[in-house]
Amino acid sequence: MAVKVISPGLSTSVQDLGRPGHYHVGIPEGGGMDRFATRIANLLVGNDPGAAVLEATFMGPELEFTQSAVVAVTGGELPPKLNGEERSTWESFPVKAGDRLSFGFLKGGARAYLAVSGGIDVPVVLGSRSTYILGALGGHQGRTLKAGDELPLGESSGKAGLSLPANLRRARNSPAELRMLPGIYWHRITEAAGNRFFEETWKVAPEADRIGYRFRGGTPLEFVEREQPFGAGSDPSNIVDACYPYGSVQVPSGTEPIVLHRDAVSGGGYMMLGVVISADMDLIAQLQPHTPARFVPVTLEDALAARTEQRAALARAEGHLAG
Amino acid sequence: MSIRFNFGGDEHIFGEVSEEMSLTSFFTGLSMTNAVRTAGIRGVTEICPANASFQIRFNPDIVKPQDLLSELKSMEEAASKSDPVLKTRIIELPVYFQDPWTRETCLRFRERHQDPSSTDLEYSARINGYATVEEFIEAYSGQPWFVSMVGFVAGLPFLYQMVERKKQIQAPKYLRPRTDTPKLTIGHGGCFAAIYSVRGAGGYQMYGITPAPIYDPTRKVRYLADDMCLFKPGDIVKFKAIGRDDYDATLEEIEANRWQPTVRECTFSLKDFNSDIYGTNAKLMELINGR
Repeated sequence: MAVKVISPGLSTSVQDLGRPGHYHVGIPEGGGMDRFATRIANLLVGNDPGAAVLEATFMGPELEFTQSAVVAVTGGELPPKLNGEERSTWESFPVKAGDRLSFGFLKGGARAYLAVSGGIDVPVVLGSRSTYILGALGGHQGRTLKAGDELPLGESSGKAGLSLPANLRRARNSPAELRMLPGIYWHRITEAAGNRFFEETWKVAPEADRIGYRFRGGTPLEFVEREQPFGAGSDPSNIVDACYPYGSVQVPSGTEPIVLHRDAVSGGGYMMLGVVISADMDLIAQLQPHTPARFVPVTLEDALAARTEQRAALARAEGHLAG
Repeated sequence: MSIRFNFGGDEHIFGEVSEEMSLTSFFTGLSMTNAVRTAGIRGVTEICPANASFQIRFNPDIVKPQDLLSELKSMEEAASKSDPVLKTRIIELPVYFQDPWTRETCLRFRERHQDPSSTDLEYSARINGYATVEEFIEAYSGQPWFVSMVGFVAGLPFLYQMVERKKQIQAPKYLRPRTDTPKLTIGHGGCFAAIYSVRGAGGYQMYGITPAPIYDPTRKVRYLADDMCLFKPGDIVKFKAIGRDDYDATLEEIEANRWQPTVRECTFSLKDFNSDIYGTNAKLMELINGR
């Protein structure tokens, strides 16, 4: 009644839709970095949208099934292979006991989501099965998968043959445009630095993981001069340690912006320029290192409109799958 | 003083009580977050107090951002006027200062430090005007600390010492962060102490190590069975300096799951504290010493 891990890929972990409610003690929400892909993978195999899936980063795992099930792969274009034969992404298909599932090379995006009918049935910790790697919490033994692991599956008959057409998925543009609401400590930088921040094209740095995405290639920020407040620290980018919103854009020493993601560190002593809007968090999850990206300033009204549009897109996809 | 509110994207409201750290600002932030929790506002998903600021996360599909902001503003006056009296607890935490593990780590990353020829303790004692490391440790463990924030990673407390500003110990972070810090290291950066709940990268000066786990995702440690994180914002902590023998003995007790920290319920009044800092602290410390 399980999935055996033959090889784990680069960084593969169990994720669902996360565990809100514990950020005040430093435990982040977590969950699939690409929420749309997480939900749709589950719906394709007949699961609840919040069932636990595998999130594979850049490279897929190789798995062996000990029972029949239905599986689907969504998110980045990481083509699944059943017993060596390539299958489509965004489409559910049956597997039998003894079958092996492996993956080809990544053709687009950064993270693939593998749902298995019944869901990955690891214990629920603080309301979620998601793996919080930094805190060794949840998922399979609180860590990314290793060869030899066996993952239990929940009960389900599953249904194969569902697919989500490309026009119902989110398109990826280049450069990626990350919409952001400027604020929080925006006033710490000069107007010229602020304008340049939005004009320049940045590139995703190799330091890009579930905690956050670092960007480089832009001009270092100029700060408005001030005497540093008591307790803040001496660097002009330092603040008295404060909470970090999900999606917040911090710039340590004014050089390389870091956008915090689902496994965010919950607080710290670096100023933030603002926050990437909720509708663009999924987009970040699919950026590979070296991908060009721009930050685009928006208003709160724009952010809410984008959020409504994203919900509508999800509803269209769900409607299609409910058929 | 009025709180500077700001939207953090479409899901957060960030409130900065003051740019600089003070216990008064911390209490205003804590009063605000307590008021939000008590109000039970629909759509609020995370309530996070910090040192001199706080953050509320919400679902804008359930509560309109502007409505929530108005509600927070309406709570501000009460929070900043109230004579803050906090029902909390004081926790005694044994700390082995000048331990071999943080010392070894400190020597391994010397080239990232302001003063490669001193240890973190020697450097911090000197820049804070203490003649010896022993006097510095005495000051560090002699007066209690407030947990002014929990975060960065799971269960990590930021601690602010309950002394007047001119006695606050301050130290810069490493020039470049280390890639390693032993688990349960007592560190210091800016005016804050921190206890590293997990092993990992870090930039704080390292002074010692506690044998007591403060975060246990497996909930096997007896005093972390209900709450996997020991500390909450508002807790008061007193470090008790111990030597190697006590450290080893405590560790043995912890491994047998027989040990637990001394914890006493207490009430803290900011007004009483401001009028007599050391008298207030002495009463608090009596609670743990008079066991």
